Amino acid sequence: MVTPQLSPSKLYSLFVACGLIWAGLLTYIVHSFGFIWYIALTDGIVNSILLAAACWLINNNLRYYQPGKGSYMNLLMWCLILAGICTAGFRGIIPYLSSSQAYMNFIANSLTIRFCTNFLAIGWMAMISMLWYSQLDHKETEKRRSEAEKLARDAELYNLRQQLQPHFLFNSLNSINALIGFKPDEARRMIHQLSDFLRGTLKKDDQLLVPLSDELQHLNLYLDIEKVRFGHRLDTEISCDKHCGEALLPSMLLQPLVENAIKFGLYDTTEKVTVSIRGEIDGNNLVVMVQNPYDPQTSRPKGTGFGLRGVQRRLYLLFARNDLMETHQNDNIFTTIIKIPQVI
Amino acid sequence: MKRALVIDDEPLARMVVLEYLQQFSDQIEVLQECNDGFEGLKAIQQHQPDLIFLDVQMPKINGFEMLELVEQPPSVIFTTAFDEYAIKAFEAHAVDYLLKPFSKDRFNKAIEKYLAQSPAPAQQTKKTEELLDAVASSPAQHERIVVKTGTKVKIIPVQDVQYLQADDDYVSVFTQEGSYLKNKTMNFFEQMLDPRYFVRVHRSYIIAIQQITRIDPYEKDSHLAILKSGAKIPVSKSGYVKLKGVLGI
Repeated sequence: MVTPQLSPSKLYSLFVACGLIWAGLLTYIVHSFGFIWYIALTDGIVNSILLAAACWLINNNLRYYQPGKGSYMNLLMWCLILAGICTAGFRGIIPYLSSSQAYMNFIANSLTIRFCTNFLAIGWMAMISMLWYSQLDHKETEKRRSEAEKLARDAELYNLRQQLQPHFLFNSLNSINALIGFKPDEARRMIHQLSDFLRGTLKKDDQLLVPLSDELQHLNLYLDIEKVRFGHRLDTEISCDKHCGEALLPSMLLQPLVENAIKFGLYDTTEKVTVSIRGEIDGNNLVVMVQNPYDPQTSRPKGTGFGLRGVQRRLYLLFARNDLMETHQNDNIFTTIIKIPQVI
Repeated sequence: MKRALVIDDEPLARMVVLEYLQQFSDQIEVLQECNDGFEGLKAIQQHQPDLIFLDVQMPKINGFEMLELVEQPPSVIFTTAFDEYAIKAFEAHAVDYLLKPFSKDRFNKAIEKYLAQSPAPAQQTKKTEELLDAVASSPAQHERIVVKTGTKVKIIPVQDVQYLQADDDYVSVFTQEGSYLKNKTMNFFEQMLDPRYFVRVHRSYIIAIQQITRIDPYEKDSHLAILKSGAKIPVSKSGYVKLKGVLGI
């Protein structure tokens, strides 16, 4: 269904115009039954205002609540009830505005037909609103889907490059090159660490949930290599008890956070750097906190690239929640906290 | 005897260079190893070396930013692991670079090339400066300006810059805290700064458009831009056209 997009103000005036026409029509009909203009006009206006209120009510309801396939009966009931209230209200108000006995009789006789027209008008309004909002909803869903698809593509590209991590890889090879000369044993150990790490990265399936302890083990390989590269400048603290180590999280979720912490910690300061990773169970959530020192003076502006954003998006796509990751910056410490709901 | 510095934040990476240099110990003497750009800068000022081995990615200020602060850069052999943009710039300006991990053969070639051409240090300096100008327009360099105040190095995020003013061979960078001199040209900054946020409104002025509070007419064909700080910056006729373009008026 293709409907031209109308602005809210235009819709509003259209609604008012319909109400006025309705009032005019009613006035004319009542007048043609032989009542004076005053009575006819009162009838038209009171009836239309009540009807407009009912229409507005049902329209507003439908904006925030789209009835499912099974609840059309509900909607019908609502229309009937509103039509009833409208008619009853009309019956209650009119005696205060007019005292003509002939008119009272006329109202008593016409209540059924009034109820029916009210019901039709409200039902019509409900139908239009429903079509309108479901179409808006549809558009929104479509937009979200295409965005999600684009995200998935970007993430895939990023992952491909990330798996290789050229900067990390070449620098590590360079360190090995240095070690071969005077500490061949350490060189050999680093080659094994690097191979284990790369193999682990390639083997991992993004879709899989893994225990935190496995993920930390993999991260440790990475951190050990970085420690060899940066010598005494890098220190790490990892804390996670046994209970917490069994908690599940999407695989490779922590990697970008720790990479980010290392990047900021090591390239933002010239002093010794301690990167800490802490796991905790909080109610039904696994909470992981990654901390690193940083320099607020020289730090690049927020939005630290694909790393953190990618984690947030992944959490959103997996759990449909936007509040699972937060970052804090104070006292030269940058903290990233992620919560992973434990599905049972 | 040539005097050299090795500047790299990874100890093992420095070790490789030192080890490879042993073969040339009768021609090249290593004065000092430096952990980062700050140490490097200090050592260059102190020793005035003939040659430096310089890593690109280092903490706080990178290799390029460090070189910008050196008055007359010595010959440089860059060492880097992976940086597509930098490699393109090295190639375009025929400055020698080593991709980590590099072999002894490749290293020897670089040293031999340096020793063969070293009688012309002035030309080397010019090459290095051209390289820095080229690197300045890379997106990674858009975000901050590194300046020297006395013996200290200050990193100014570009958001803090109010305007820049040409000052003989230097450019003054004005921020809320004061102004800093940098030994670069206006063209360098015009290249470096994001044209969406900075406009060269006059031969001698570049302003941050966020800082403008109003623009008043001034004399024939020219205007004055009044900044939040109260500074009045002349805007030339062509500068006014540019400014209107960026502001969309």
